[in-house]
Amino acid sequence: MAKLVLEKVEKRYEGFHAIKGVDLAIDDREFVVFVGPSGCGKTTLLRMIAGLEEITGGDFSIDGVRANDIPPDKRGLAMVFQTYALYPHMTVAENMGFALKMAKVPKAEIVAKVSQAAAMLQLDKVLDRRPKALSGGQRQRVAIGRAIVRNPKGFLFDEPLSNLDAALRVQMRTELVKLNKELQTTMIYVTHDQIEAMTMADRIVVLNGGIVEQVGSPLELYNNPANLFVAGFIGSPKMNLLDGEIVARDDHGAQVALADAGVVTIAADGIEAGPGTRVTVGMRPEHTMLAESGPIGGVADFVEHLGNETLVYVKRPNGGMMIVKADELAGIRMGDPVTMAPRTDRASLFGPDGRALIRRTFHLH
Amino acid sequence: MSEAITKTGGLRVTGRSRGSRQVNTLPLLLPAVALLLLWSVLPLLRTLFYSFEHYNLMSPPAVLNGGLNYRYLFTDVSTWVAIENSVILVVGVLFASIVFGTLIALLLNNDFPGRNVARLMAIAPFFVMSPVAALIWKNLLLDPVSGLFGWLMMLVGLRPIAWFSTDPMTAVIIIYSWRWIPFATLILLTALQSLDTDQLEAARMDGAHGFARLRYIVLPHLGRPIAIVIMLESIFLLSAFAVIYTTTNGGPGDATTTLTYLIFIKALNDFSIGSASAAGVFAIVLANILAFFLIRAVSKNLQR
Repeated sequence: MAKLVLEKVEKRYEGFHAIKGVDLAIDDREFVVFVGPSGCGKTTLLRMIAGLEEITGGDFSIDGVRANDIPPDKRGLAMVFQTYALYPHMTVAENMGFALKMAKVPKAEIVAKVSQAAAMLQLDKVLDRRPKALSGGQRQRVAIGRAIVRNPKGFLFDEPLSNLDAALRVQMRTELVKLNKELQTTMIYVTHDQIEAMTMADRIVVLNGGIVEQVGSPLELYNNPANLFVAGFIGSPKMNLLDGEIVARDDHGAQVALADAGVVTIAADGIEAGPGTRVTVGMRPEHTMLAESGPIGGVADFVEHLGNETLVYVKRPNGGMMIVKADELAGIRMGDPVTMAPRTDRASLFGPDGRALIRRTFHLH
Repeated sequence: MSEAITKTGGLRVTGRSRGSRQVNTLPLLLPAVALLLLWSVLPLLRTLFYSFEHYNLMSPPAVLNGGLNYRYLFTDVSTWVAIENSVILVVGVLFASIVFGTLIALLLNNDFPGRNVARLMAIAPFFVMSPVAALIWKNLLLDPVSGLFGWLMMLVGLRPIAWFSTDPMTAVIIIYSWRWIPFATLILLTALQSLDTDQLEAARMDGAHGFARLRYIVLPHLGRPIAIVIMLESIFLLSAFAVIYTTTNGGPGDATTTLTYLIFIKALNDFSIGSASAAGVFAIVLANILAFFLIRAVSKNLQR
């Protein structure tokens, strides 16, 4: 139960500005994911929230109480580390009960809380073992259990799944989301993996170079990336980006002349730019179609048959690459010349400063 | 590291893999084994043989005298005094080096200006030769007339202590501790530096500060290196000789005569090679019994 508010939060190291003013309000019980490339400041921001890093500017509050100077163990937040950071000389039960022991909770209560959390995480059979005797997945669960036992207001996860194998990672992903619903607590989760972010988050915070690029639900980020960085970072395979210039505009969209290609129509209710503006057209591989006599030409350089879909890597005449998610029966082979067109109602448009020029509303049916 | 040890330790060579190994390893091992026999087993056997002889350099020739050397050894009070002295010395120095070694290592692990110089200074005594260290301590530090400590005690109005006549064993322990605390510091400091920072931060989140952090996180982490310090220092201290020889000559009386020093007295003061050999064999047996328990304790600790 915690509402966390960051206002103009900054982190300056000597000669390095790691976090450049972050404004963010995290609601109670929300599952928020910080995502971004390495060095973007996502872990630093999480550690500032945890209290492990000093906040050098701005305000951070928990449930309306300024928390900048509250020591980490008094903030009521529990953290799960990337390396799990289990105490190697303690058993699983001792690891999980350590925070309570430090808080001078009576022994019987510690035992009760530990066994309750252990049952929840299927650790009841390994309570007497030391971390070394556990599998990677079990260690991960002990680290989570150690956090649960404290009954915290919020959980902080620092890339907790990156040391697990792929199958276990997928399983733990769903378990963590379930845990969020079961425990009804706020969770902040840091990852560089955009698939983890998309699958788990209520809201995603995209960070880059110490600033927040965009905050929104996974689908909002996917459909309406606020700028070129988010457009390129969210979605796999990556969005195709093509340079061009607006040649005509009306109430229902715009005509964009692409460099080294023909004119494409972008349908949108409002576009914040007029003819003559240099723009970047973004079209996701799944919104790029192979169309006979389409405006964008190229040669199929490489074809990947994944079964449910086929990815065609197209080499453009100007040397650029584009990816098309095609029907598995399209019958394209390497070396075939292809022409493509965007789905006009799904393409994005970015201005010369990289900011999105259109914003679409989608309704889930 | 220990994970690797336990893993290889747990490896069983199966019949199939043994069969597939075609190399005959005996010729490869032979030179090393032969050298070992020559240098270590042969002298040991010689010593064993001498220990059953009446062999005094002042009254040759040597003749077998059955187990008489051993009977004299075990009935002689000075043997048991020497063993007691050895134990006091080893335990005293071990206690000092672990307590002070840990404290100094914790201190040097902090960040402060001049840390590297301080670390070097703290380690330096280990590189001073034993006789040199012993002479400096005897003449410049502990001497009641010309020593620094005597002067300091007079400054505060106390009577200087004549260490080597009133409390010689403590003086010897102090000198050996001065030499061996740096060794413990070095090992414990490197161990502290390998302590996972994530673990310390997890402890911070769990609310373990100051003493609780030391008690529950840092000291358990140091268990293994402390076991190594105990083992290595025991081996070296059991054969400690130079400082005793330089400062007290085992005296006054037999106050600082350890088992090692007793053997030296028997062999090179009394010229009784036979009884010195008997004491030596006894010392080897004792050391091996000790080593057995030590190595078992340490390896148990390493496997954790």
